[in-house]
Amino acid sequence: MDCEHAHLRVYEYLDGELTVWKRWAITRHLDDCPPCAEGFGFEVELRQVIVSKCVEDVPADLKNRIAIALGIVEPRDPVSE
Amino acid sequence: MADPAGFAEQAMPYMSALYAAALRMTRNPSDAEDLVQETFLRAYRGFEGFHEGTNLKAWLYKTLTNTFINQYRAKKRRPEQVDLDDVEDFYIFRRLGGLESVEATRTPEAEVLEGIPDSEVKEALESIPEQFRMAVILADVEGFSYKEIADILDVPIGTVMSRIHRGRRALQKKLWDYAERNNLRPRAESATGG
Repeated sequence: MDCEHAHLRVYEYLDGELTVWKRWAITRHLDDCPPCAEGFGFEVELRQVIVSKCVEDVPADLKNRIAIALGIVEPRDPVSE
Repeated sequence: MADPAGFAEQAMPYMSALYAAALRMTRNPSDAEDLVQETFLRAYRGFEGFHEGTNLKAWLYKTLTNTFINQYRAKKRRPEQVDLDDVEDFYIFRRLGGLESVEATRTPEAEVLEGIPDSEVKEALESIPEQFRMAVILADVEGFSYKEIADILDVPIGTVMSRIHRGRRALQKKLWDYAERNNLRPRAESATGG
C-alpha cells in the first residue's frame, strides 16, 4: 500500500465500505505514514464541520401542520378553550 | 404489514433531518416545508405496504427524494444533469500545506473550516449539482451506507460512489474558495507557509 492507493480509497475507508483485508492494509499504511493519517483525519473533521453547520430547526408551524394531517393533534379551534 | 397508527410515533423524530435535507435540495424554505409535508403524507398513505423491521429512515428519504424529483424537478424543463470538474483528493488540505506538517494533533485546517459561517457552508452544499448533492447529504449528513443510498436514489452502487466522491471534492473546493476569498488561514500557520 502506498500513499496514492491510500488516497484513492479514503472515502470508502472512512465510510466503512471496505473489506476487512483492504481496511487493514490502509490502517497499516496510516500507522506508518503520519501525513496520510493527518489527511484522513482532516477528512473526518471536514465532515464533522459540515454536519454541525447544516443543522436546521423545523418551523413550529410545519410540525403542527403535519401533526394535524397525521391525526396526532386536533386542528386548533379558536372558539373552544 | 406495518400499523398505520404507529407511523407518526416512528416517523416524527426524523422530521428535522428530513427538513434540513429538503432545504438543501429545494434551496427555499417554503418549498422545503411543502416537500416535507408531502413526504410525510405520502409515507403515511403508503405505510401499510412498509414492512416492519426494514429501515424506516431510509424509506422516508426515498419518499422525500422521489417526491422532490417528481414535484420540484418536474417544474424545470430539463432535469439538472450538470457534471463536475475533477478535483484532487485532500483539496483544501493540500492547499493549506497540511500534508507537510506532521506534528499537529488537531489539524489547523479544521480550524479554518470552523471559521466559515454556517450560511456559507449551506450555500456551498446547495451549489453542488443536484445528483451529487443528494448523495453527499445522504452519506455525510445522514450516514447512510452506499447500499442504502443506492436503494434510496435507485442507482447502482458504483454511481453512488462516484457521486459521493466527486460531490465531496466539489464541496471542499467551494469551501476552500470561500476561505481563500476571505483570507482564512490556520492560526498556527508555519513561517514557511504561503
